[in-house]
Amino acid sequence: MTFPTRDDLIDFVYEEARMLDDGRFDEWLDLWTHDSYYWMPLDYNQQDDKHVTSLLHEDAFMRKLRIERFKGERTFSQKPKTRCHHVLNRPFVDQMDEAKGEYVTHTAFHYAETRLDDQILLAATARHELKLIDGRLKITHKRVDLLNSDAAFGNIQMFL
Amino acid sequence: MSRYASDRKAIEALVRPTEVHRDIYIDQDVFELEMKHLFANTWVFVGHDSQTPNKGDYFTTEIGTQPVIMVRHSDNEIYVLHNRCPHKGTKIAIDRSGNTGKFFRCPYHAWSFKTDGCLLAIPLRKGYKDTGLEESESVRGMAPVGAVKNYRGFVFARLNADGPDFETFFGDSLSSIDNMVDRSPEGRLEVAGPPLRYMHRCNWKMLVENQTDTCHPMVAHESSAGTAIQLWEAMDKPEGTKKPMAMEVIAPFMSPYEFFENMGIRTWPNGHGHTGVHHSIHSDYSAIPGYYEQMVEAYGEERAQAILGENRHNTVYFPNIMIKGPIQQLRLFKPVAANRTLVESYIYRLVGAPDMLLERTAMYNRLINAPTSMVGHDDLEMYERAQEGLHSDGLEWVNVQRLYTPGEDFDEIAVENGTTERQMRNQFHAWSKYMTMTMEGDAR
Repeated sequence: MTFPTRDDLIDFVYEEARMLDDGRFDEWLDLWTHDSYYWMPLDYNQQDDKHVTSLLHEDAFMRKLRIERFKGERTFSQKPKTRCHHVLNRPFVDQMDEAKGEYVTHTAFHYAETRLDDQILLAATARHELKLIDGRLKITHKRVDLLNSDAAFGNIQMFL
Repeated sequence: MSRYASDRKAIEALVRPTEVHRDIYIDQDVFELEMKHLFANTWVFVGHDSQTPNKGDYFTTEIGTQPVIMVRHSDNEIYVLHNRCPHKGTKIAIDRSGNTGKFFRCPYHAWSFKTDGCLLAIPLRKGYKDTGLEESESVRGMAPVGAVKNYRGFVFARLNADGPDFETFFGDSLSSIDNMVDRSPEGRLEVAGPPLRYMHRCNWKMLVENQTDTCHPMVAHESSAGTAIQLWEAMDKPEGTKKPMAMEVIAPFMSPYEFFENMGIRTWPNGHGHTGVHHSIHSDYSAIPGYYEQMVEAYGEERAQAILGENRHNTVYFPNIMIKGPIQQLRLFKPVAANRTLVESYIYRLVGAPDMLLERTAMYNRLINAPTSMVGHDDLEMYERAQEGLHSDGLEWVNVQRLYTPGEDFDEIAVENGTTERQMRNQFHAWSKYMTMTMEGDAR
């Protein structure tokens, strides 16, 4: 059994962002465990993901739906398509538990999303919870905190 | 202000029985008149009293484009004050909520005010001796709005001191708020967390009209709800697998025209109305364990069934909110400019009911109303295309003719086919009435 090194964890986080920027969505969906969640809170330091509103709290079905919707013939808000762009600070590795095969990283990043003449720039932090399954790292939970999560936004259409 | 400024006839001419002029959506002069007249003559939603539970708690918001503070005074009543120091105009509070203790203190020159707005103290007051300050507007403190009504926790205000009283303005439409509140075994709601805030580059009325537009879901939301159904059906799953909560929320958007025709629309006087008279997209949600029993215990079986048997879809309270009784939600369409609207979507907890109901409510909010919501993206795309398209000189009028019958009387309550645009016509009838109510000149 070989365990991921610190560099492997960091590379994983970079590679995940690159898949989104490249539009390799099916590969991206395959990074996740079946019972994982993608969470984007609405409030600063929000702890509850169920009984107050979040921006996103997506299980495997909802993530797949969002990706399939991008491809739809009658998905008018994706005609033309949105593109996105991540700039990542070097991830911190906050936790390496080889006995359990569980890892946690913390990554500050800037994110741009564009469509037609519009472009938005968001500052955010991602917390990845990763698990080693059959020798592969998978995401069990990803929390994305927008610096201005309580601001009034127009559309944010992609995953950050 | 030029073309329409206080010209009653020009404003009235913008609304015809089956069509409205595009300037209603795109003209900034018309927008300014809406802020001056429509949003001053009508009862506008401010907030929920659970947002300010304790004395001194305040909440800042806008009525139309007017900045106001909602605050709980020492007598435990809710006051709504203009958020402006009577001295130099400084906003007294700018955080979205907080507790100010027994008084507000302006951060600029330390004029202070009781939480009912009355002037409490001015530093170095002797400087105003013999200046006639007591004759000035400033000495009266923070100006209150014209009138305030707390209806079962929902706080509404009328900016003008004179105008229709609350009960006359809303009439029987209050039954939708009643039903939402009655769904709590204790008859009480509490706000759950901050609202979603979603900026729309379109006119606020497009959003209000969309709430009772039942011919768009199966078209505009095919991309989200239609894809969800396809995915679910194609999914490899054991026979009889229960639909997840998210599917229960999103799938009914693809219901056929017939479903929406049969669900019915009811209109009330003064621009209020609701979809889902007989059933709605909220009718077939799974029962939440333990809830029905709590309701029966609180109300008795017959009354509990009557409360839960109502499945009203969207209730529009003119001018600018929509509530969903069955899922305890309120959307506030805040006008910012002719081409800009801030949508704030609140959810409420049914006090005394199981948490799982709130879980569904919170899920609905993020799946349907968030700036990150697929359904939201579907709708905003249409509004923004319309806002841009209306600048075309090819046509100047917007059609609201579906199921029109000549001689419609909007002062009468009506229940009609669920795909009628009568509620949109009802809103424009009220729009014209409250726009011109305080204008010079003779009524048409």
